[in-house]
Amino acid sequence: MARYLITRAWQSALTLLLSTIVVFFGVRALPGDPALALAGEDRSPEALEAIRHHYGLDQPLPLQFAQYVGRMAQGDFGESIRTGIPVSSMLTTALPVTAELAVLAILIAAALGVGAGVLAAVRRGHPAEWLANGLALVGLSVPHFWLGLLAILYLSVATGLFPASGFVPLLDDPVDNLHHLVLPAVILGTGLAAIIMRQTRSAMLDSLSSDYVRTAKAKGLRPRAVITRHALRNSLIVVVTIVGLQLGGLISGAVVTEQIFGLPGFGKMTIDAVFQRDYPVIQAVVLLTATAYILINFLVDLLYSVIDPRIRVTGDPA
Amino acid sequence: MTVLTVPTADAVPAGLSRRTRILRRLRRNPLAVVSFVVLALAAVAALLSPWLAPYAVEQTDFAHTFAPPGSPGHLLGTDDLGRDVLSRIMLGARASLQVAFLAVATSLVIGVPLGLAAGYFRAWDAVISRFTDLLLAFPFLIMAVGLAAIRGASLTNAAVAVGIAQIPGVIRVVRSDTLRLKSLDFVAAAIVDGASDLWVLARHILPNATSVILVQATVAIPAAILGEAVLSFLGLGIQPPAPSLGTMLATAQQFAARAPWAAVLPGVVIMGLALAFNVFGDALRDALDPKGDRR
Amino acid sequence: MTTTERIGDRPAPAAPALELRDLSVTFRTEGGNVSAVDRVSLDLAPGEIVGMVGESGCGKSVTAMSIAGLLPDSARITGSIRLQGTELVGARDSVLRRVRGKEIAYIFQEPMSSLNPVLTVGRQIAEVLQVHERMSRRAARARAVELLALVGIPSPATRVDNYPHQLSGGMRQRVMIAMAVACGPKVLVADEPTTALDVTVQAGILQVLRDLRDRLGTSILIITHDLGVIADVADRVVVMYAGRVVERAQVTDLFAHPHHRYTAGLLSASPTPGVHAGTQRLQEIPGLVPVLSSQPDACTFADRCPAADTRCRDAAPPLAAVATATDHLAACWHPCPIPRTQPEEASA
Repeated sequence: MARYLITRAWQSALTLLLSTIVVFFGVRALPGDPALALAGEDRSPEALEAIRHHYGLDQPLPLQFAQYVGRMAQGDFGESIRTGIPVSSMLTTALPVTAELAVLAILIAAALGVGAGVLAAVRRGHPAEWLANGLALVGLSVPHFWLGLLAILYLSVATGLFPASGFVPLLDDPVDNLHHLVLPAVILGTGLAAIIMRQTRSAMLDSLSSDYVRTAKAKGLRPRAVITRHALRNSLIVVVTIVGLQLGGLISGAVVTEQIFGLPGFGKMTIDAVFQRDYPVIQAVVLLTATAYILINFLVDLLYSVIDPRIRVTGDPA
Repeated sequence: MTVLTVPTADAVPAGLSRRTRILRRLRRNPLAVVSFVVLALAAVAALLSPWLAPYAVEQTDFAHTFAPPGSPGHLLGTDDLGRDVLSRIMLGARASLQVAFLAVATSLVIGVPLGLAAGYFRAWDAVISRFTDLLLAFPFLIMAVGLAAIRGASLTNAAVAVGIAQIPGVIRVVRSDTLRLKSLDFVAAAIVDGASDLWVLARHILPNATSVILVQATVAIPAAILGEAVLSFLGLGIQPPAPSLGTMLATAQQFAARAPWAAVLPGVVIMGLALAFNVFGDALRDALDPKGDRR
Repeated sequence: MTTTERIGDRPAPAAPALELRDLSVTFRTEGGNVSAVDRVSLDLAPGEIVGMVGESGCGKSVTAMSIAGLLPDSARITGSIRLQGTELVGARDSVLRRVRGKEIAYIFQEPMSSLNPVLTVGRQIAEVLQVHERMSRRAARARAVELLALVGIPSPATRVDNYPHQLSGGMRQRVMIAMAVACGPKVLVADEPTTALDVTVQAGILQVLRDLRDRLGTSILIITHDLGVIADVADRVVVMYAGRVVERAQVTDLFAHPHHRYTAGLLSASPTPGVHAGTQRLQEIPGLVPVLSSQPDACTFADRCPAADTRCRDAAPPLAAVATATDHLAACWHPCPIPRTQPEEASA
């Protein structure tokens, strides 16, 4: 287990370094003088010079990179060109919204996806399988932002059951907070649910035809025990991996969902920044997403090794 | 998987080529036939849309804004500027398919050689894995945001972002199929016979990996269609007034209460296209699966 | 056919633990119904070890799986399977579940894939006891340690918490056996229990099976393609070919005087009867085991048999007692002459 974790940690660190380099050069590829881009409103030569000096743009590239990494590691992402607010404080207000949305969406997707996947695998040839498969295909094919639009149009505006937009922080009013987030989370979760369903079904079909499930049947276990204790336990390992792999899709989806439902999260901040050419914000967003993706996948690997004893325990020579 | 060997009598007579067998399986699957017909019709409508569309896409008619579907001369109604929704959907679908094929082609051109190399040469595997990890670390929307910041938003930008996002998937499936094929006897025999690596890859591995690549491409296209729609909806892809299903939805969002059809119809078309590709992809995978009716 | 066998059987000392009568299994497939087992009859006396031998695809595994209803839903079973008088063919699931693991237990070929990789071996053994003996978790675990000791696993108290991947192949198979005998079953079905194991490990596993028979009086049906295994542990042997029983005899009789041409072909790879021949593989008999889409009214071995004539292709030979012994049956129109033919001639 130790060796596995060390390898994964090393690989994650390398990927993190590479993605930092990509972003660093990406910033340099921005059109025009980076100092000009970073300067915002005040473009006097003195101000530009000060910025060049502050960001070390007058230093050799490797040194610049080292300083860049140092600044990023301290959470110094510069200031928004538009508002002058430090990017780090923008992130502290935006990230919790996105995190909550994403966690809710994952929970909804896992519940729906695993349930439907198991059902489809166990009830082969039954109308339930047909229905679950069909719903999963639709879930994979539907544009989620459009589903969000329809939900606002027909569920929020028409019936008033859910607020069409806006956000209330969790700590201010948990009930109202959920009320605002449940519809976006369901919309964001549908695509992931479809993917989880298909993977669960396929993993369950493999497990159900495996030798150890035959052994479980030969022991005289009830079908329910065979399915949950033997087949599903093994299939869940696959599901955890899928959630890790789909994280990128979830982040992309969150950006769009926030935009549609007017949630003041990370995604809305990103899109606003693109149209305002707010480069420090974009840079921070890209770098942070990559970092988060790499770290979370490392955590998924940890989780994976907890669930799967073949990784957790190193086999001693018997 | 199980030691229980059930005698399998394949209904298909021996001697038929693999291709004939696969086509026959596809023809027997009603879902495959329906989705194929839908795709063929959509492809024709999209390709010929400049000639088939009843109106020029940018032709405005301020006397007939927000005409509901079924209005005289406007089968699917008009939008806020009185433009014909049907015409715009047809050209929008064309743009969607264009971006999707461009994106998938890009991902194949880059992903297939890398996948072959990763599966065939042990030394390259680690390097290519890090490259894949790096690509995965930038989710496609974030990549599109970064690209849009550097190069500005455009159709090409959307295609590049979607295409890059699909490279890891292509590498993964091609790599694993290469590993599988490399362990087979006929490839081992070719290697023992002294065939060069390039020869083995080109003559033995790539031709046998085509079915896997084909399935991957079929499922990548609907993902690309959805990706393009999202980017255009957010304003990161195709720019108005050029017609695109995504931008149509973005505009329609503002007038959704007055003209719900303009917000519903383009989405239905996106979903229909994606669904047809996904259904066909599933059918193709089933038909190519040597285990037959397994899934 | 049934009457012939009745006469031919040696007088059973007690009521058989397991009785198969005219057992047939067909599978529904895309290409129509395929017959896998055709009218197999067999008795298993208490404490008896019967070996079932044949090439892969001959229906021996299907026969084994059908006993406790472990075949997939596409299988149709006819005939009779009686466990101490209780009919199992067509029995309800709840009845079969009470039988499985309690009265009839299984050991499979691949001990690695047959054990659940994410559960400790202790839990997998304890599970059977919790289901059938209503034991508490703690009691079941304690019993699991005893069972591991019984099948010869060293330091069972620590091994009980191991996962399957931490054990060697032979140990895993011992775990499978411990799991199988946990509830003291009347019948143990061992499907190729040693095939996946090293030769040196094989002997140990077979010894464990013999011990269990002696100690618990369990009847064992051992399925194998390895005549060495048969010679080593079995009391009686059944030879299957293309879904049918072609010869049935005491092990010593069969090795000394094989009657069916197919049996003779199998034996030609084991020149020294009674000696464990695990290192030797069966000699190839030319041709393939036919797929029984339909049951031809002919000897199924005719196409590969050196002695086949028109009679063999026109009518299926019945399973009948041979001249030398009443409990030796063979289904052959042209049995091998006695004394036993030399291997070269038999396969020529």
